[in-house]
Amino acid sequence: MKGRVLDGGALVLADGDSVATALEDLDAGREVRDGDRAVTLADDVPFGHKFALDPLSAGETVRKYGEVIGRTTAAVAAGEWVHTHNCESTRGRGDVAAEVER
Amino acid sequence: MRREFTGYRRESGRIGVRNHVAVLPTSVASSCVARGIAAEAGAWARATPHQMGANQPDEARAQTERVLVGVGRNPNVGAALVVEFGTEDIDAADLADRIARDGKPVETLSVREVGGTAAALQRGRTALDSLNEAAADARHESADASELVVGVECGGSDATSGIAANPAVGDACDRLVAAGGTASFSETPEFIGAEHVLAERCADEETRRRLLDRVERREATADLMGVDLRGAQPSPGNQEGGLTTIEEKSLGAISKGGTTPVRGIVDYAERLPVGGGLVLMDTPGYDVESVVGKVAGGAQIIVFTTGRGSTTGNPVAPVVKVTGNPRTWERMRSNMDVNAGAVVEGDATISEAGERVFDEVLAVADGKRTGAETRRMEEFAITEVHPRELAEVRGK
Repeated sequence: MKGRVLDGGALVLADGDSVATALEDLDAGREVRDGDRAVTLADDVPFGHKFALDPLSAGETVRKYGEVIGRTTAAVAAGEWVHTHNCESTRGRGDVAAEVER
Repeated sequence: MRREFTGYRRESGRIGVRNHVAVLPTSVASSCVARGIAAEAGAWARATPHQMGANQPDEARAQTERVLVGVGRNPNVGAALVVEFGTEDIDAADLADRIARDGKPVETLSVREVGGTAAALQRGRTALDSLNEAAADARHESADASELVVGVECGGSDATSGIAANPAVGDACDRLVAAGGTASFSETPEFIGAEHVLAERCADEETRRRLLDRVERREATADLMGVDLRGAQPSPGNQEGGLTTIEEKSLGAISKGGTTPVRGIVDYAERLPVGGGLVLMDTPGYDVESVVGKVAGGAQIIVFTTGRGSTTGNPVAPVVKVTGNPRTWERMRSNMDVNAGAVVEGDATISEAGERVFDEVLAVADGKRTGAETRRMEEFAITEVHPRELAEVRGK
């Protein structure tokens, strides 16, 4: 597998990524160790979904695969589930372009 | 690693991995008849029913013609029957001539001219039988992996697609390119957010400029319509599978093409080169239309990754399903061909899974039937040129 597996339950695809991907359904409260730091999950994180490895402030870029995959829409604590409720794309936003024209 | 397979040598010089007789309707009005003729003939006859109307704007009609001619010219097709209703702008005889250019046996049939659907079914059946006899004359001979044009697609993506199935298929593409063949992936909306990675890999400046231009046009289509791509990209299913943004989906999606230089980018349904290395095609993200574009471009085989479990196939090209999701492999076993889920479970490396995919492609080229073929999954759809795109093309 690409990247680095944490405790057999999550995957960090590249160094410097701000999120890890769950390789199984992870329950809230579970501790996931990455080297000498530990992240305690604040939410249930389903298989294939992501959680934050570091605290992120609102509007901060989110990195996976060593690349930017979007930005946060709210502050996110380490161990929180990261998905459409707190992270959004910065691309293909015709709605924003339409808003500006109005 | 195996490199040889036995295929069907065509007059064009290209090698087919199947010997189908294609039944190509020129519009929706002749689609039911085309399907009926093929269904009665047997599994060797493959119809391509589609939704296009009899009268289309010029640009749209040209695209429909390019797709139908391309599918007819695909080396998996040994002979073809073009079926018109009789009121279409597309000229069936002209279409047949373009398909027959390389010496392929082609006939035409007009539903109105022969006196309705019953007569058309009967005449069509007779025509198909003689076309099938002509197709049977094809030389069945040994061929090399370097002669393969493999289209790569993903559909029903989830987080395992970017982690396991796509990198495994990418590894198989690298093997194919190293063997001298052509690999092609597409779905331009799924380059958005990853185009800088692809641009860096372009073999020359011209390709780089064309690629960035195509991505900009796809993104501009969203701007043009004043809509947010987020409702459709990633799709609700993708989101349920853990994909949050189009950038995340794209970064996972592009890994299915491997790591070799991007040699070019062709238009939807434009001819793909043999021995061309990695070549992109500019298609929409809708997987059925995207697969059809590459088959029209001459791909003999499609490798299709799916995390959530797509069952889609194609009338003339075998579609090899690769899943990186162990649960999907268990649940939808009969529709899957290669399990890359072992990568997620830590039981196989990406390279091992890639070798399995490559071996499966060669086996399928040699005649092994895929799950989609066994179950006659033969979806077919042609990309429509959107009215707003038409206006843009015409400079209004």
